[in-house]
Amino acid sequence: MTRITVTVNGAREETAVEAHESLLTTLRERLGLPGSKNACEQGECGSCSVLLDDVLVCACLVLAASVDGREVRTVESLADGSALDPVQRAFVETGAVQCGFCTPGLVVATHALLRENPEPSLAEIREALSGNLCRCTGYGQIVEAVQRAAKTMYLHGLDDE
Amino acid sequence: MTLAPPRPGARVKVRGVIGEPAPREDAVPKVKGEFQYASDLWREGMLHGATLRSPYPFARIRKVDVSAAAKLPGVRAVLTQDDVPGKKTYGLMDRDDQPVLADGYVRFVGEPVAVVAADTIEQARAATKAIVLEYEVLEPTFDPIAAIQPSAAKLHPKGNVLERVRILHGDPAAKADVVVEGEYEFAMQDQAALGPEAGLAIPREDGGVTLHVATQWLHEDLDQLAPCLGLPESKVRIVLSGVGGAFGAREDTSIQIHACLLALKTRRAVRMTYGREESFFGHVHRHPARLFYAHGATKKGELVFVRATIVLDGGAYASSSSAVVANAGSFAAGPYRVPNAVVDCVGARTNNPPTGAMRGFGAVQSCFAYEAQMDKLAKACGLDAVEIRMRNGLVEGDAIITSQPLVGSAPIAEIVRRCASLPLPETAAHRDQSELPGGHANVTRGEGVVRGVGYAVGFKNVCYSNGFDDFATARVRLFADAEGPLARVHTAAAEVGQGINTVQLQIARTELGIERVELETADTNVGSAGSSSASRQTWMTGHAVLQACREVRQELVRRAEREGLTLDRTDLADLLDRPIEKTVTYRHQDTEKRRPDGQSRGHVAFMFAAHRAVVDVDVETGLVKVVQVATAQDVGKAINPLGVIGQIEGGIAQGVGLAVMEELIVEKGRIRNASFTDYLIPTILDMPPVIADVIEHPHPDGPYGAKGVGEAPTISSTAAVVAAIRAATNRDLERVPVRPDDIVFGTSSRSGWRIAPGDDPRRAVRG
Ligand code: FES
Ligand code: FES
Repeated sequence: MTRITVTVNGAREETAVEAHESLLTTLRERLGLPGSKNACEQGECGSCSVLLDDVLVCACLVLAASVDGREVRTVESLADGSALDPVQRAFVETGAVQCGFCTPGLVVATHALLRENPEPSLAEIREALSGNLCRCTGYGQIVEAVQRAAKTMYLHGLDDE
Repeated sequence: MTLAPPRPGARVKVRGVIGEPAPREDAVPKVKGEFQYASDLWREGMLHGATLRSPYPFARIRKVDVSAAAKLPGVRAVLTQDDVPGKKTYGLMDRDDQPVLADGYVRFVGEPVAVVAADTIEQARAATKAIVLEYEVLEPTFDPIAAIQPSAAKLHPKGNVLERVRILHGDPAAKADVVVEGEYEFAMQDQAALGPEAGLAIPREDGGVTLHVATQWLHEDLDQLAPCLGLPESKVRIVLSGVGGAFGAREDTSIQIHACLLALKTRRAVRMTYGREESFFGHVHRHPARLFYAHGATKKGELVFVRATIVLDGGAYASSSSAVVANAGSFAAGPYRVPNAVVDCVGARTNNPPTGAMRGFGAVQSCFAYEAQMDKLAKACGLDAVEIRMRNGLVEGDAIITSQPLVGSAPIAEIVRRCASLPLPETAAHRDQSELPGGHANVTRGEGVVRGVGYAVGFKNVCYSNGFDDFATARVRLFADAEGPLARVHTAAAEVGQGINTVQLQIARTELGIERVELETADTNVGSAGSSSASRQTWMTGHAVLQACREVRQELVRRAEREGLTLDRTDLADLLDRPIEKTVTYRHQDTEKRRPDGQSRGHVAFMFAAHRAVVDVDVETGLVKVVQVATAQDVGKAINPLGVIGQIEGGIAQGVGLAVMEELIVEKGRIRNASFTDYLIPTILDMPPVIADVIEHPHPDGPYGAKGVGEAPTISSTAAVVAAIRAATNRDLERVPVRPDDIVFGTSSRSGWRIAPGDDPRRAVRG
């Protein structure tokens, strides 16, 4: 076992991890954060997407021991209490959620996309989310959700000025 | 007395009623990552379960020795068949041919042989490896047609024919001017729900057990579980946990019995969760099939006869094969007027992985073949794909080949016409490499790309058929708290992602005229809701909730009258000093049992959809890009339009997947691609835009006229995509999924069996 210190959703956490353990296991089984999902453990589905030092990664492909001293943000950190963020709200409103197993990963991936590219084209949305599998929706309402989120975030940005 | 639902606006406007695009009630916890799925279940001090599976497709177990495994650190229990306290076998709907743990034989690769509970999952897995087994390998049978020949070796005491359905309609010897024939192959598809099989079993003080699990049918799990555990049903409670998709794969049990056995043995909570690879071995798949067809028509393209022989590979155990076979037979001629038909449909037992329920359930297999036949026929008669379907499509009052007439549906011709009139995509510009078939992986400049357009129509039953006692129970309690009237709805309907919870809430709001409605967790403390399958929950549980609410309202009316008040102008809370609770069990109209000639009114209702697919095919590399799918679907009434679109688009994605990429490759009984790296499901880049025309032609018996929605999108979308590829390539493409080789080389996929369409496949000839 190795001890690591990692900032998760703004809080400093210290925990012991196995040498072969993935960040996904640490989050889900040790830190009580099951929001990131495990649907393949092979980097194929994106259900476990988190931000590691602000970079989108599959938590199942990251060795827990390697995140010592770094910062992780998971889906659990996005809403402010009961208030959803614009991406979450858009997913709810457009019907982009069915069983929802893919949803945490998609919400995190959408955040990563919109921060880099606030006005993505359809092709850019498709490219950016191509690592996230969804078996329920056929993706149509997910695309709509991303477009709606981009629009509200853009309008919101104008409000702030 | 029946009451009309309150007119919206009579008192205050109630939001979230039927017909409104309603966001799901569980969407907020889901987007926040707070929704608890079965694989998230956790309990202080719980043990972890693991399964040892057979490496052989067919073998006798000579010896099992668990002593070394039981002594390993952290191991709390190692169980084999001898440790099953009750009935040793189980199976869906009394089929009962599958051992809880291998019974001296293993019959497929992946069959559970032993289960272990240990302090950590690693310890549990290590212990499964320490179990000593000696096998005597037997000669397996993988070819389903070979398996049902009289000379074949018996793979199970119950024999190799899981089911046979024969349909004789009209004149079996009818002759026609134009005849087209074909043999088709349908490979194995997987449901590939993202949420793995998982559950948590907790032993109870009274010697019973509570199981939290992701399932499609709580009470059928209970029926199978309790006898195997040797417990009365009163001592087993099953609670629905968060379900990450189902699509049929959760109709059979997976971890259910094993987790409970371990929990009862160790007196500790036990969690079992399959990883992705184990999931592929641990649930049933869609039946692969061989289909032999002949269609006869007049020169004008009016159908005279359909003859078909269909063999479905049920794998090692029955699962729901019987009903899948019945469906494949019942719908074998498509939604067309067919005066004469002979259909012979058999489900075979083999040593392949067991197959069972998947969205579309038997109807998908035959649709692929009969729609290919319709296109062949169109060509032979000089008609186009739309014309031949409009000419032969059923209208209300026409009968299908089981002599059951059609009720409450838009005419097929209208569905096809509306689908065909949806806008087509722009012609290929290929401005961008990413828009070529294969995307960036395509190293050509698109010089070999040909566009094709194809059509298909499909249909299927809604609800359970053939005399099955199909019912759903709902309990509705209306009371007042400090904030006013509040209704609680309790059913055992499994919300698997499809949206039945929102539908229940919408119906209750509509009927009770109040907005504050909540759902109790689905469990076995209320009567059965039946399965979340056969597109039946909106119809069945929808009806049960609707009727329970109407009974509650009748009581409100009585109370108001006693007080000399009018309900519409009274604050409901004033009438609720005592709560009102009503429990209703809804049964749909009786259906007839199957008869030997297959002629019976076996179904409650049908649903229909037409699909048009546009594809770009690179004929040199065999790569396909699906450019657009258009659909017209008769849903009766869209209770939740947002959910209807989600079901349509999601169902089409699974149909597109089957057409061009999804195949569980089984070699010598072993699944070779048990991962998302190798079993490909459509990504966002593979999915084309979908345009849908949602037709609301009410069914007289559906709640508010609604029919089911979920399965129709998967039934004919596959056939439409393949038709489009045929149009682009001029290849026959008699196999699905279509592989690049099939396009480039026109590879044949014949079985090597000679079977005249309509003949009994149990007397097939090789060559
Ligand atoms: S669980 Fe990490 S990508 Fe699938
Ligand atoms: S909503 Fe079920 S996998 Fe996406």
